[in-house]
Parts: sequence; structure tokens; C-alpha cells
Amino acid sequence: MLKDQDRIFTNLYGMHDRSLKGARARGHWDGTAKLIKKGRDWIVDEMKGSGLRGRGGAGFPTGLKWSFMPKESDGRPAYLVINADESEPGTCKDREIMRHDPHTLIEGALIASFAMNANACYIYIRGEFIREREALQAAIDECYDAGLLGKNAAKSGWDFDLYLHHGAGAYICGEETALLESLEGKKGMPRMKPPFPAGAGLYGCPTTVNNVESIAVVPTILRRGGDWFKSFGRENNAGTKLFAISGHVNSPCVVEEEMSIPLRELLDRHCGGVRGGWDNLKAVIPGGSSVPMLPQNICNDAIMDFDWLREQRSGLGTAAVIVMDQSTDVIKAIWRLSKFYKHESCGQCTPCREGTGWMMRVMERLVTGEAEVEEIDMLLDVTKQVEGHTICALGDAAAWPIQGLVRHFRNEIEDRIKHKRTGRVSSVAAE
Amino acid sequence: MSIRRLHKDQPVDFAFTTANKEWAEGQIAKYPEGRQASAVIPLLWRAQEQEGWLSRPAIETVGEMLDMAFIRVLEVATFYFMFQLQPVGAVAHVQVCGTTSCMICGAEDLISVCKDEIAPVAHQISADGQFSWEEVECLGACSNAPMVQIGKDFYEDLTEESFREILAAFARGEIPTPGPQNGRFAAEPVTGLSTLTEMVSDKHGQNASAERATVYGDTIKRIQGDEVPVLKPITRKTKA
Repeated sequence: MLKDQDRIFTNLYGMHDRSLKGARARGHWDGTAKLIKKGRDWIVDEMKGSGLRGRGGAGFPTGLKWSFMPKESDGRPAYLVINADESEPGTCKDREIMRHDPHTLIEGALIASFAMNANACYIYIRGEFIREREALQAAIDECYDAGLLGKNAAKSGWDFDLYLHHGAGAYICGEETALLESLEGKKGMPRMKPPFPAGAGLYGCPTTVNNVESIAVVPTILRRGGDWFKSFGRENNAGTKLFAISGHVNSPCVVEEEMSIPLRELLDRHCGGVRGGWDNLKAVIPGGSSVPMLPQNICNDAIMDFDWLREQRSGLGTAAVIVMDQSTDVIKAIWRLSKFYKHESCGQCTPCREGTGWMMRVMERLVTGEAEVEEIDMLLDVTKQVEGHTICALGDAAAWPIQGLVRHFRNEIEDRIKHKRTGRVSSVAAE
Repeated sequence: MSIRRLHKDQPVDFAFTTANKEWAEGQIAKYPEGRQASAVIPLLWRAQEQEGWLSRPAIETVGEMLDMAFIRVLEVATFYFMFQLQPVGAVAHVQVCGTTSCMICGAEDLISVCKDEIAPVAHQISADGQFSWEEVECLGACSNAPMVQIGKDFYEDLTEESFREILAAFARGEIPTPGPQNGRFAAEPVTGLSTLTEMVSDKHGQNASAERATVYGDTIKRIQGDEVPVLKPITRKTKA
């Protein structure tokens, strides 16, 4: 088990002093100027060496992403944009960072911006997080007053401005190019790639978009060394990670743990176990709504990291674990996700705009059982036609939960249809 | 995607309060010159905070302030779901999270309460004009499911009973304390800390969200611009 002294977010629950003074007492903003004076290449190399993979869901190596930014400016400014549009159902980790440990993020923003030659950084926070925005803005104001932001930020010799921007309730703005569109004052519709943001992003300038957690862990990694961070988790899945557990456990929570922690250990140690005991577990969505669910038999040996879950045709995503016990109607649970994606599709690409509605309507029929058995394959076929045929990954994200459901719970769907047909009350349909 | 249109009955005009206007100018200063359109969402949002919902005159006013074509602002207003394009309850508009984590933890019961206590369908204003409600998608507090947003605040770890009591309190003119309603502090295990057991101090009596709500008392207030000291205009640009 991860020891408290190896946790990065030491004020995750906000019970300790949340002010700058408190953050300094916990070791943040310590020697920031010295880290920056070690130079851009050292920072990027150390990040590469740490093995940190992006915490926003895709798991792309953070150091590598930073290295795509132009080394020298061609006259255009460079920007760091921090994605705080936390909207993936099940995910509630960045909120805790922003309201309770905001100085990890602000210090990380300064260091990361320096490493990418950016003098300005925008944090894009979802509109619903109003108090979190106020808490983060208060922390930013505190840093300006203390000389940690602004001209010669933290006496590093680097001029740096940090701005907080907010959205207004569109899941799609968590997609990096949609986020940039939204930040420019437009509808959040994803852009075609290429050009990638590192070439032409915000206002047509080189931009890197990183998740809140990816940036907030940076200062601690640099202070303690990439090797320290790498010592947690399996090869290629390094570090500590915030897990957000919701659903049918005895005490749902957000907790920082080692990568590659077994699922069962995570739930037993921090969440008081599955409601009604491990055998009462039906399924788990291991990484936020976009990844396929896993049935209990796979959950028995599940290891929470990118590669293991990938091998099971699921994913770590944002490490938002949604636990469902035997009382859950899994078909309805996935139907609700289909409804979510239908609601949140931006409408730009036809397969997604039409497909998400279509998938939701068929799912609706599967929930009540008023369908033909053949429709299951028809539905699967439609998910394949949406997947991979859209500009952004929302189409894929809408398809995968349904594919996961059919893969693992096909019997249950078929049973429900058959029971409906024969007029008998279904035992599985009961909630 | 869903179809969202402006309401059929529109007010004659809209104007920001003096403080809100100053605040808006501070927002515009956050973005590079010529990129003032970036401030469209914050400005529309402030207009809604001031009036309770977003009217056509408000959208036009924001367009003029930012030198944007009306249609571009209209696109934004109809695209983002937090913009209420129709009047809402005079006291509060209740947003119940209905996505999977909340659903399996009892969000449907909360929706029944809304139907019962407020109005049978979403976006309909209650008979006394005080409340309206809607089901929204994931609000990002899943470990504290089920939850609702009322005004600026999240009410978390709800049960049917505690939610009913919260609505009743609002109806009596009170502002119930937001945050978890089952006694926990934030998103730690309700049964007690499993980590960070040393990181406890008595500095804060509430989590960061609930504390602000308590100090500012503006959960359901129409915002005039002088409520929240930390969101002061940006005046310290280091570069032109």
C-alpha cells in the first residue's frame, strides 16, 4: 500500500490548511525557481523518465507530448491549456485537486509552461464547478500577491500569467480541440487533426493541452525525481494515481493509490468493500463511462493500470471506478450512458449525431425487452459503424460501453427479450 | 444533441449592473487583443446569473460588448446546456444529476421528488412560481452520489428524505448548508479516513465548496457583481 509520505495530494480532502501558507508547509512551492533554472531540457527529460502517462483518459506519455512543442518561437506565443472540464461520468478527481490542493496545480502550471516556452496558461474549468472555480481563483490571486505568478514568477526569471476560464456545460469541451474552440468563444466542436495543437492550437499558436492531474503531479515528480515516481506501478504504468470510486461500495471515495493496484484491494481497503460482499459484485466500469464494463469473473483478478485493462478490451481511462452490485440492471445502466452520449454529441459528424440517438433508442427497447433478439447484432453493427468514423473520440466512447455490455451480458439481454415474449415476469428484469 | 430555442416571450431590454459591467471588462482583459470573443461564455453566464435566465436582449448586449455577430453569440447560447433559455423558478432552479453513477445510487427517487414537489415535467415552473427543475448529465461529484446542483452549490450524498427537507428549507426562505448531507467532510470514505490520517487540522470546519457558500451566502442569489471578492477584474497583465 502507498504510504502517506509518498502521496502527492496530501490535502486531497481539504482537512488541512488550504491556503498558500498551508501548501508551503506541506512542501509545495519549495525551490520552484531552482527547478526552473535547471532548464527546459532537464525538465522534459525528467518527465519522460518518470513514465507519467496523461491522466485525462488517453494515457499518452506527458513528457513526450511536451517535446512536440517548438523549441524556438517563430514569433507566435506558445500556450499551455489545462483541461479542467472534468465531465466524464464517474470522474470526480480533478475537483478535489482544484478546491483542496490548488497549489499543486498552479505550481505545475508555471513549471510546465516554462518547459514549453509559454508565458501564458489558461485553465478551462467546467462551468458547473462554481465553488471550485472560486477556490482556485482565490489560490491564483494569493500566488500573484506573493510574487509566485506574474513578472519574474517565483523569482525564476520567467514571466508567467495564469488565467482561469470556464465553460458552460458541454461534455465535448473535454476533447482538446473542442476545448480550444470553446476557449476562442465558439461552439465546442472538435477540429480535424492535423494540424495538431502543438503546431496550431489556441489562436493558431503552438499549444499543449494537459489534464489537471497530469500538471499537478509535475512539481513533486521533479522535486523527488522521475525514478521515485517510476518506482510505483508496473513497467509502462508508472506512478501514483487518483482513483474515484462511485456506485455500490460501502464507502465511495476519491483516493490516491499506486498504479497497478488490484481492483479488489482498492475497493476493500478504501471503500469498505462491495455492498453485500465481493460475491454480490455484478460488474465494474473501471475507467469512466467511455470504457467497456467488466463482469465479476474478470474483476476477481483485475489490476488497475493502462495495460492490464487494455488487454481485457477495456481501459483505465480516468480511473473512475463505477461499481455495480447484483441488484443493478446493467442494461439500464448502459442505456443511461447511451442517453448521455446522445445528449452530448456536438452534432458535427453524421455517424455520431444520428448514431448516438439510434443506439439510445435500441438500448431503450432492450431495457424493456420489447425487441427482437436480432436487434442485438444490429445494434452491435451500428456501434461498429460509428466507431472510428468521427472527427473526435466521442463516437468511439458512445460505442464502447454498448459493445462491452453485449460482450459480457448478452445472455441477460436475450433472456429479457424472451421472457417478455413468453409473457412471464422476468427474474432478471427486476431491479 | 438537442434542439434549443429562445423563449417565445422575451423582455424588452437588458443591461448589466455597473459592477457586473466592470467585472465583464476585467474578463475581456484576460485574453489577447482582438480575441475578446473568448469572453463570450463568462459574459453570457454573468448575464444569466444576474437575471436568472438568458434572454434575447442579453445575448444581443453581450454580442455588442464583444463585437461579435449576433448569430455567433446565439450559437454559443444554444450550444451550451447551462444556459437557461427560458425563465426559471423565482427562488431556485434545481438540477438533478441523472447519469449512471447517480442513477444507480438513487437519482430516480430524487427526480420523483421533483415531480412531486415542483412540477410534473422538467423546465416547468411550479404553481407558486418559486421553483423549476431539470435532469442534467454528470456534474462531476460521483463519489458523493446522488447529488443535485441548486444555484451555485452542490448538495451531495442525498436521500429522498434529505432532498425533500432541502427543498422545504428553500421554500421557507432558508439556505441549507451545501456539501455532503450524510455527515462526511468531502470525498473521503464516510466510515473514516483510510489515508492521510495525519493531515487533519481544525483550520477548516467545512470543505472548500461548502465553506465558500457559507461565507458568501450567495447560493441562489441573483449576482450583482460585488459578491465575490476573489473574482476581481484582472488588472495585473505583465505583457501588453
